[in-house]
Amino acid sequence: MEQRAMYSSGIMPMEKDKVKKRRRLRLGKLEPIFYLIPAFSVFIVFVFYPFIKTILLSLSQTNLRGEIQEFVGLDNFIELFQSPEFYHSIIVTFQFVLFVSIPSVGISLMLALLANNKLKGNRVYELMFSLPMAIASAPAAAIWAMIFHPTNGVLNLILGKEIGWLTDPNYALFSISIVTGWLNLGINFIFLTTGLRNIPSELLESSAIDGANFWHKLKHIIIPMISPQMFLVIFMNLVNSFQAFGQIKLLTQGGPGDSTNVLVHSIYREAFFNGRFETACTQALVLFVIMLIVTLLQFKFEKKGVHYQ
Amino acid sequence: MKLCKKNRMILTGVNIVCGLLIISPLLYAVSLSFMSQGEIAQYPAKLLPSHLNLDNYKEALNTVPLLRFVINSLIVSVFVTVGQVITSSLAAYAFAFYEFKYKKLLFLLVLATMMIPSETTIISNFLTVSSWGWTDSLHVLIIPFLTSAMGIFLIRQFYLTIPKELLEAAKIDGCNNFKILINILIPISKPAIASLSIYTFIGTWNQYLWPLLTINNGNNRTVQIGISMLQFAEGSNYGVVLAGAILILIPSILVFIIGQRSLVAGMTAGSVKG
Repeated sequence: MEQRAMYSSGIMPMEKDKVKKRRRLRLGKLEPIFYLIPAFSVFIVFVFYPFIKTILLSLSQTNLRGEIQEFVGLDNFIELFQSPEFYHSIIVTFQFVLFVSIPSVGISLMLALLANNKLKGNRVYELMFSLPMAIASAPAAAIWAMIFHPTNGVLNLILGKEIGWLTDPNYALFSISIVTGWLNLGINFIFLTTGLRNIPSELLESSAIDGANFWHKLKHIIIPMISPQMFLVIFMNLVNSFQAFGQIKLLTQGGPGDSTNVLVHSIYREAFFNGRFETACTQALVLFVIMLIVTLLQFKFEKKGVHYQ
Repeated sequence: MKLCKKNRMILTGVNIVCGLLIISPLLYAVSLSFMSQGEIAQYPAKLLPSHLNLDNYKEALNTVPLLRFVINSLIVSVFVTVGQVITSSLAAYAFAFYEFKYKKLLFLLVLATMMIPSETTIISNFLTVSSWGWTDSLHVLIIPFLTSAMGIFLIRQFYLTIPKELLEAAKIDGCNNFKILINILIPISKPAIASLSIYTFIGTWNQYLWPLLTINNGNNRTVQIGISMLQFAEGSNYGVVLAGAILILIPSILVFIIGQRSLVAGMTAGSVKG
């Protein structure tokens, strides 16, 4: 069948071919636009339009239904930057991001190094290392609520203490950071493993012959060689933790006493509990700017400091 | 690195122990989900149930319409996944194989959507869909997510590796452009599509904030919201809540186990240069 089709098109008269080609060309100008319409209609309605609307809302006074009442210029921003709660929220957010990212990346790097030798049963432990990736924040919150339980939880049982992990303002932020870091482990492991597998084994072997010990190899070969993946993973952890919400809402609701009221939770609270949509939108734009800076920094570092093969 | 047999055994053991440690919260939850309320409340706390008791699972299914929530989440996740594959493949086709005015600008706009965190636009989107009366429906959970910049990018990268000669040959065979996409490009981009599908399915299944805002009616809740409903209804009856949590984790974990290889291959394809 296929051959016949090829043959018959081969003897197509020249004239007809030309006409067809011309028509295809004319269509060709519009055709790609048709292919872009489905994706772009979603982007326009649910990304670009709401982004502009968020900016407009942040420059206005709104009512409880989120309708614009009057244009107030930069008043919302001025008010926000004078509010101590906002600074508190920003500090909490950055603390949270650090508490999540540093241990999570560190532990995943250790796991990736452990899993780097192809051993029997590697499918099993690789699956276990990457499994947290599939876990949603809501069931994770249910599970960790029990682990953190002051009297019946396993954590206090092991430590022999009675710490209110989620109710003590000194511990709450640390506790939700553990949950979030645990959720991030899987994806970190996957990317770091890819990086490690790409290191040519001759490089490690020759350094072993030269008498390099493990720390030497880690510092001078492994870390520089996987730096692209390291940067990617650090960046993903920053982004993920800036956006963390479900586990915070379910475990601490921003409390106790605002001690876990990170920016995203604060946006949620302002909009849907206090009905202050304009304040929420102003904070949402601050979040956008922070993420933009993080992304730009990533690009910059990627160009400067990362070693590609 | 070459290791002797004994060291290999030790390393395997260490790996398995670390793996168990990583998933220990899950194992702990499974264990508690089989305990009675009295057993969980015992002091000092117990780690293993005295016997396998399925009452918590029965109660979780009876207290809230958990099966209904599972079906809702399945419908939403499948539609979003299929939709993203279709719209991303179409857009990627245009970006990879056509020359047109403003192509660079349009592609930059696609990439720019990745810079806007969904939390920044979520309030405006909520106000928009409320004004349309879309809340409390399943389509409000589907339509806003029918495309993704990551999907377009991923599939475009894959298409760029396909030699143009293949498409020219197909054209000579009399395939029109749309047929080329359906009959040639989509079948050969299966690895990229598989990776995108698994990623999107798990991401949609696990979504929390958007369904929390848009669904207030019991019947259209998704599993993630359903589980918090269970927490609310059962209060301190942790066994039931954990049984519900385990039940809703099963589908996403299954998809992850089945699709792990292709997910990893597709996700990491772009992260390695050279």
